[in-house]
Amino acid sequence: MRTRFQQGLDELKQKLLAMSGMAEQAVDRAVMAYQSRDLQLCNLVLEGEQAINMIEREIDELGLDLLAMQQPMAVDLRFVTAVMKINADLERVGDQAVNIAERVISTVSLPEIDLPIDIQRMAGAASGMVRRALEAFIGADSQMAEAVLQMDDVVDRMNREMFQALVKCMHDRPESVQQALDALLIGRALERVADHATNIAEDVIFWVRGADVRHHANHDQLGAPAL
Amino acid sequence: MGTPIHVANLNAWFGSHKALQDINLEVPPNHATAIIGPSGCGKSTFVRCLNRMHETVPEARVEGTVRLGDTDVYGNGSSAVEVRRKVGMVFQKPNPFPTMSIYDNVAAGLKLNGVRNRRHLDESVERSLRQSALWDEVKDELKKKSGASLSGGQQQRLCIARALAVEPEVMLMDEPASALDPISTAKIEELIYQLKEQYTIVIVTHNMQQAARVAEFTGFFLMGHLVEFDKTETIFTKPRDKRTEDYVTGRFG
Repeated sequence: MRTRFQQGLDELKQKLLAMSGMAEQAVDRAVMAYQSRDLQLCNLVLEGEQAINMIEREIDELGLDLLAMQQPMAVDLRFVTAVMKINADLERVGDQAVNIAERVISTVSLPEIDLPIDIQRMAGAASGMVRRALEAFIGADSQMAEAVLQMDDVVDRMNREMFQALVKCMHDRPESVQQALDALLIGRALERVADHATNIAEDVIFWVRGADVRHHANHDQLGAPAL
Repeated sequence: MGTPIHVANLNAWFGSHKALQDINLEVPPNHATAIIGPSGCGKSTFVRCLNRMHETVPEARVEGTVRLGDTDVYGNGSSAVEVRRKVGMVFQKPNPFPTMSIYDNVAAGLKLNGVRNRRHLDESVERSLRQSALWDEVKDELKKKSGASLSGGQQQRLCIARALAVEPEVMLMDEPASALDPISTAKIEELIYQLKEQYTIVIVTHNMQQAARVAEFTGFFLMGHLVEFDKTETIFTKPRDKRTEDYVTGRFG
């Protein structure tokens, strides 16, 4: 057993889990800020971005060190490369939380109006995908990761429905255009969060099974036996 | 051009100890194939069976089939000398003939095969030294300097030139760079890359990164068995067998 290498892998995993907690919290806070029109929460999200960026760099550095110094192979090589890719996706999840917070700051300055959409429901679905993708990562559970891939279609559909409802709203009630646009952009950010969760789930499947299921390329490999 | 190597039901013994168990393998021509595995797994024995070196050990014996192209290595009437002329071999420790000049080292195999024509010898020595990327470093002192006076990395390339001089079809390399510094190692690896256009190369190595760098195919041996043979990238990124996975990730034992 290579003790130093194993310690490096453990450290990489712990750092990624810490980062995932930060990214998840950022999305939850941004959505909560929209619901409660809470500028303080928005500021927390904006301030938190720096910490996410910092840990992203730490994970990249550690991953590069492990590749250069320990030359991992097979499942370990897949693990390190998967972590580095998940790292990039989590950083972008953090960016989307910032996008949402900025839209909330914009919309709070306008009169509050009732929009025919359910942001909370879509946010729950998108955050749920991120959470489950990371649970799949923690448990090296490729079946759970597969389930995340299926959930992406649900969020895409919600986004399309929200888009149609908001376009109709803007048409029917021109005074709501600015608020509806903010909501539209928040919906798009949540849809992207779901896309990043999908990427994370695909990386988990690659790590655990060595199967590349991106872009629906090898969906037949989903059922391949684990090593 | 390189020759494919066909190995079927190959078993090898040292006395009562069975060192290879039913090896079946197709080594493709004009590619480098790496043989990896822990010490004592049979990888060196395997390559020594390809050119009938195994039988030079007292009480060693071989059963099974090895074919180099059309040549049945262990067939009736097959000569060990003829087989070894088709198969060049390079060992872990460079072993130039210490009292011979660089020129004579390279020409030794040809002279042993009866070549006496001076021009033929000169041409073969230059071609072989060029192929082994040593020519530019030694061309002015070919007959003045002894093989033993070269650096370790140069000596190894001299041994490769010596093996190439007799125009083999296959090159076997048993840990060819494990005694060399990184620069000499890089030269040997570059050489392997160049040589496979003309030869079939089988390289035994303990260095998995080296296998990954130079070989298109890799076989993993364990306790005399060939556990897995596949494209090198498959062996090092997603091996099929748990034992291969454990070995390449360092979790072995």
